[in-house]
Amino acid sequence: MDLSRRELLTLFLGAPAAFVACQISAPSKFPDGEIIGQSASLGHVLREGRSFEVSPDNWESRSAVIVGAGVAGLTAAWQFRKQGLDDFLILELEKEAGGTARRGTGDPVGYPWGAHYLPVPFKENTELVVLLDEMSLFDGRDANGELLVKEQYLCREPEERLFFKGRWYEGLYPSVGATDEDKRQYSEFQKQIDHWVNWRDSKGRRAFILPVEQCSDDAEATALDKITFGNWLAQNGFTSERLIWYCDYACRDDYGSKVDQTSAWAGLFYFCSRVRKSGEESQPFITVPEGNGQFVDHFVQGLGDRLRKGTAVVSITPSEKGVDVVCFNGGTLRGIHAEHVIYASPMFTAPWVISGFREDPPFAASEFQHNAWFVANLRLKDRPKPRFQKDFPLAWDNVIYDSPGLGYVTATHQKGIDYGPTILTYYYPMCAEPNGRTTLFNYDWKQLADVCLTDLSRAHSEIYDLVERLDVMRWGHAMISPRPNFIWSGIREKAAKPYRNIHFAHTDLGGVALFEEAFYHGLRAAKEVVTAKTQKR
Amino acid sequence: MKRAPLLFLNVFAIATCGLIYELLAGTLSSYVLGDSVTQFSIIIGIYLFAMGVGSYLSRFIEKNVADKFIEVELGVAVMGGFSAPLLFLTFANLSYFSIVLYGVVLVIGTLVGLEIPLLMRILKDDLDFKDLISRVLAFDYIGALVASLLFPIFLVPRLGLNRTSLLFGMINAGVAVWGTWLLFPLIKSNVTIMRVRGAVILVLLAIAFIKADKLTTLAEDALFADNIIYAKSSPYQRIVVTKGKTGYALFLNGNLQFNSFDEYRYHEALVHPAFAAYQGAPKRILVLGGGDGLALREIEKYSSVDFIQLVDLDPDMTNVSNAVPALGELNRHSFADPRVHVTHADAFVWLDSTDTEPFDIAIVDFPDPNNFALGKLYTSRFYSLLKKKLTADSAVVIQTTSPLVARKSFWCIVKTLESVGFAVRPYQTTVPSFGIWGYALCKLKPFDQPAKPPPGLELHFLTDNSFASMFEFTGDTSRPEEDIEINRLDNQALVRYYEAEWKRFEQ
Repeated sequence: MDLSRRELLTLFLGAPAAFVACQISAPSKFPDGEIIGQSASLGHVLREGRSFEVSPDNWESRSAVIVGAGVAGLTAAWQFRKQGLDDFLILELEKEAGGTARRGTGDPVGYPWGAHYLPVPFKENTELVVLLDEMSLFDGRDANGELLVKEQYLCREPEERLFFKGRWYEGLYPSVGATDEDKRQYSEFQKQIDHWVNWRDSKGRRAFILPVEQCSDDAEATALDKITFGNWLAQNGFTSERLIWYCDYACRDDYGSKVDQTSAWAGLFYFCSRVRKSGEESQPFITVPEGNGQFVDHFVQGLGDRLRKGTAVVSITPSEKGVDVVCFNGGTLRGIHAEHVIYASPMFTAPWVISGFREDPPFAASEFQHNAWFVANLRLKDRPKPRFQKDFPLAWDNVIYDSPGLGYVTATHQKGIDYGPTILTYYYPMCAEPNGRTTLFNYDWKQLADVCLTDLSRAHSEIYDLVERLDVMRWGHAMISPRPNFIWSGIREKAAKPYRNIHFAHTDLGGVALFEEAFYHGLRAAKEVVTAKTQKR
Repeated sequence: MKRAPLLFLNVFAIATCGLIYELLAGTLSSYVLGDSVTQFSIIIGIYLFAMGVGSYLSRFIEKNVADKFIEVELGVAVMGGFSAPLLFLTFANLSYFSIVLYGVVLVIGTLVGLEIPLLMRILKDDLDFKDLISRVLAFDYIGALVASLLFPIFLVPRLGLNRTSLLFGMINAGVAVWGTWLLFPLIKSNVTIMRVRGAVILVLLAIAFIKADKLTTLAEDALFADNIIYAKSSPYQRIVVTKGKTGYALFLNGNLQFNSFDEYRYHEALVHPAFAAYQGAPKRILVLGGGDGLALREIEKYSSVDFIQLVDLDPDMTNVSNAVPALGELNRHSFADPRVHVTHADAFVWLDSTDTEPFDIAIVDFPDPNNFALGKLYTSRFYSLLKKKLTADSAVVIQTTSPLVARKSFWCIVKTLESVGFAVRPYQTTVPSFGIWGYALCKLKPFDQPAKPPPGLELHFLTDNSFASMFEFTGDTSRPEEDIEINRLDNQALVRYYEAEWKRFEQ
């Protein structure tokens, strides 16, 4: 046998190296999955402006119809039942109720498709407290009368971690490697927050509190709405890269818009509205694996066939007696003669659905603009392993610094399931892209999955091996955009007024897409309807 | 300049380096894969074989022997120097580890095997064959002796594995760079390029040497004093059993769980006070944790017990006493008792999701709360869930870490238990392997502390006279004045206390 030197080398040295190389360069797996829900096509039927003829047999009568079974609509239904108004219908375009608080069911736990937590409300938010009490989330109250939420519903520690320069750290603000100037600016920023937390107008109102309705309309505070949060940071001398990232993250996380697209009022609202007194921690979060789906589940209980899913409302026409609603369900056009309608859908859709709106608009619906998102739920066969022993462990909220995405939430975390399969919910606001919504709908599943996995693989190189399934939800109109000169422009007050017998209720009317706002406006609209009916009698 | 004597110094250096890399690989593999006899013999075998391959390959090098020698030296410097860091970084993925390990050993062995034949051919013109063989081999073996003495006595204790590896990489690189001067007349290719390469490798190794601390903390603190006789990485933890002069010891993630020479102190003190506190004849017993089966051994001494439910996270843990026969003897084959029912689950999830009849006694024996996943097993939520598995008369005992070392942690657990309505009787005893160790005995109504262990048991540690003294706390272990937080899921205060308190004892 006459082996050449090269052959011999290959024989002895190449074998293990080649073996390892094969394992490393094996084609990376790509999980299964699909795009879930959000009937954009059905929704867009409305824009075609067809005329709809309902056969006389398909008409029924109700005291009230709620259009949209998101949190605002469901809250209105909840309030109706509490006030003894049981003769209503709630119509939902999608196959599932909940809007952006929808959830998925899975093993070992459910998971959110959107909103995934609610900060513990201040005791003054009495009606929201009633809801949470009804859901038996409370253990009681502390000496100051603040609510004590049961331990299993409060976000479990470790709550947040940040992937920064190759490692995971506790918390969201990257303090490792911060210069003295970074630290000074961070503490200066906290002082500004404290200033606004403690600020009161001449009537004793706070600048930032939930619901927005209770915020001060004093010019000193509302002037903040005229500039972007980015401008405000610059004007106040904040130049620290990591501080600006932190603020930008906050805006993208709560509003789906960047620091330069968000009004300074909204930016500060995020930091101030859930802090009782300066120096105190922000209110803790109420959460469960399925996120705010827990509230949706509670609302839906007992609605029975009054909740009609997969039902597209195609026209709402004010009449002598009330309002005629025409909807499309299972291929059939149906009509409802209602005394009142609660329009709990995004405001921009009103002109397409409400007859006469476009001819004589009660408010400029186009002022209500939305940011687009996609949310991915990833089923993992196991958790990503820490790369370094000192890496902060998997938390509830896991954020990657300098990423266009917002990171992911671990669904099993709150249940104390710390080993084995899990579900991660990944959030991506389309605010870095110039035409976010168009881009979102031009992308197919594979491209969106690729965006998500590429982003996650920066922190978890083994993610492709761990993900078994990846489903995506595209939210074309996920959140109202609190851009400058919107919240305090007067448009919200205008839109919150009833139009004939149609009452508007949506987070859009708060100007910030938060559960508390949806709840507030749902409640308000339901009360308006009940009051109007009582007065009529 | 006569270069032969200096080249013998090279032989010496090369031989030392070569053996060091072999020892490093052997040490690392027995640490990671366990069973040092097998690992050392496989490593030595592969290494010697690879050296043979290298020696054989040397015949194919016909020209420019000096150039090739320096190339090989640089190769050894890189492969050998970075071998330990590379293997440390491969730790996390055990399926790759053995491939990388044997690959690295093969490559280094082959390169080292090339060194001496090449050097001998360089020297053959200066010396006659008889002298050459005797001197080269003599220096080679002296180098090996120095390496094998230095390694355990100086290098591992002082420098650690990573720095040792990097230091000897630098020596190899130094030999190469020095060789460019020593062998200058024989070198055919561009010497400057060679020197630059050597310098770059030296600098890289030196940087790694300075930064090695971070790597070292990764795993080296878990190197064990005694021989590893069993090691397994389960999906949940790394299980290591060692055997030393004092007996067998079990470690989870590097933390001592018991040592066979004094574990009876720990387990008698864990189990029997709860039985003494229970009024009547207990039948149903719940054990949370305790996968080593040693608490079971104590429980099985009671004939009134007819059902023992043990919940442990890790099947590999409850299987250790099968895998290591000595541990089976130590727990007296407690898992074989038909009264024992084993469930593999996270106790938190199990309590939250399983319906059972209530238990008379619960023995809660988890590892110390050194991470959040363990910390949740000491929260008020956990104890509330546990309460639902008890009757009004049940007795519970919980291992509560050291009240001396981690005084706040200990009292934090007591306070947490009190916060959910348990009446708590904390106690402590001495377990030499651990130190002063604490427990919390609880019931759901106020109770008198038991006066002595239940009668008629075969006990080595607990006696009627000494029993009561366990409930006495000394000035340095008693409940502190300062305010201590309740450990809740949403604050995990205990993990933070525990980390701060135990950190004081880390180097």
